[in-house]
Amino acid sequence: MKVHVDMALCASHGRCVFAAPDVFSFDDDEELTYEPSPGADRRAEVEQAVLSCPVRAITLDGDHG
Amino acid sequence: MSHGESVVVVGAGLAGLRSATALRERGFAGEITIVGDEAHGPYDRPGLSKEVLIDRRTVLDTDLPVSADLHARWLLGRRAVSLERNRRHLTLDDGTTLDYDGLVIATGASARPWPGPGGLPRSGVHTLRGREDAAALRRALTDGGPLLVIGAGFLGSEVASAARALGLSVTLVDASSQPMERAVGPVVGSVLAGVQRAAGVDLRLDTTVTALPGRSVLKEALLSDGTRVAIRTALIALGALPNTDWLRGSGLRLNDGASGGIACDHRGHALQADGRPTSDIVVLGDVAAPPHPLPYDGSPAHLSLGHWSAAVDHADTVAAALLGQEDPAHEIVPSFWSDQFGLRIRSVGLPMLAERTEVHEHDPVRSRLEATYHRGGRNVGALTVNRASRLAAHRRRIVDAWYREETTT
Repeated sequence: MKVHVDMALCASHGRCVFAAPDVFSFDDDEELTYEPSPGADRRAEVEQAVLSCPVRAITLDGDHG
Repeated sequence: MSHGESVVVVGAGLAGLRSATALRERGFAGEITIVGDEAHGPYDRPGLSKEVLIDRRTVLDTDLPVSADLHARWLLGRRAVSLERNRRHLTLDDGTTLDYDGLVIATGASARPWPGPGGLPRSGVHTLRGREDAAALRRALTDGGPLLVIGAGFLGSEVASAARALGLSVTLVDASSQPMERAVGPVVGSVLAGVQRAAGVDLRLDTTVTALPGRSVLKEALLSDGTRVAIRTALIALGALPNTDWLRGSGLRLNDGASGGIACDHRGHALQADGRPTSDIVVLGDVAAPPHPLPYDGSPAHLSLGHWSAAVDHADTVAAALLGQEDPAHEIVPSFWSDQFGLRIRSVGLPMLAERTEVHEHDPVRSRLEATYHRGGRNVGALTVNRASRLAAHRRRIVDAWYREETTT
């Protein structure tokens, strides 16, 4: 599973961290960081993160671009 | 309701789209008809008071993606005007009638109109709710200021921010003692007031507009502090009213308290006048008034919050309810945000209920703030500014406090 976040869109809403805390987090500079290749067992959480993002910055697998 | 039957969704905004999508994700294979009173399909509103006004995005960028698997029939540019529940029958404003087995009501809200006193000039006065409103306001701002914003809530504060970014002079008037006071409380509100004033906003608190004189062209506003302000454009930003007028006489219980909306149970089933839930009607989004999440002495029984997140977070729950499936029992915490004057304000819980605000960090240089909100012994909410890293932990504490009855302070 491949996750991509468009950092130009990300506005630090943090909802992806609520939905999938093992995949998304904030670093010490308040920038979003994420695991780009999480295990398949995280799919439901990451799908929830995609749906929860108010700026639609997160894409999953090949469905971006 | 079983598969093969038909669902009508009234409302083609975020809530209508998300509820229809959730029905499909839960395996509903019958017909879905989505009715929308605007000419275009679903779009997202939050950007309309921000990027869209300063030309960083166009209104078309707010289009919401619709899955190819949705297979819905769209009836756009048409408004539902009446509901006959006993016959499971809707009538639209062009005379079209629709029968349903299951109904989703997601008719959203409208901008609260000018309450007076007095009338309004024919041009120059705006409200902001839909795309056309945003396009019209943007044209007005492009023509230049000064701008008067009536109401320093989310919308008013964000538009003031956009107008300052465009270089307009802005007067922001609110009857409260701080901007966004109801949503964020007086302590954080006073921090916002400082930021707004530092950005050049002429902020008039504890002040109301007593008249917008003139019949044709807007020229000035009279304020309760006795001053007159010369203006070219005014925005009325006094909140929103859920769109329930078409349901008068339907036998559904309308929440006639301050927040309005259709009263529903925790799963989204609309309530009948006698308080019993319907099985075939669910409500979602700004029009829904679910049970108050943290009732206290004197609180309303039902509360419509109007948050973007409510439509998103509750969509799966109401889809399950309409299909007669088990409650997924999501642990939902209300949340809101506002982007203004370089501040990314993010909140979880219900700061509006707080009796006490605790500020844990306030760094004016880096514009960072972290606060928690408390009522009795309960943690009722948290808010951060440019400090989103702290939010998830606060949300977890709130989930524990609300859903697991552990008391935190």
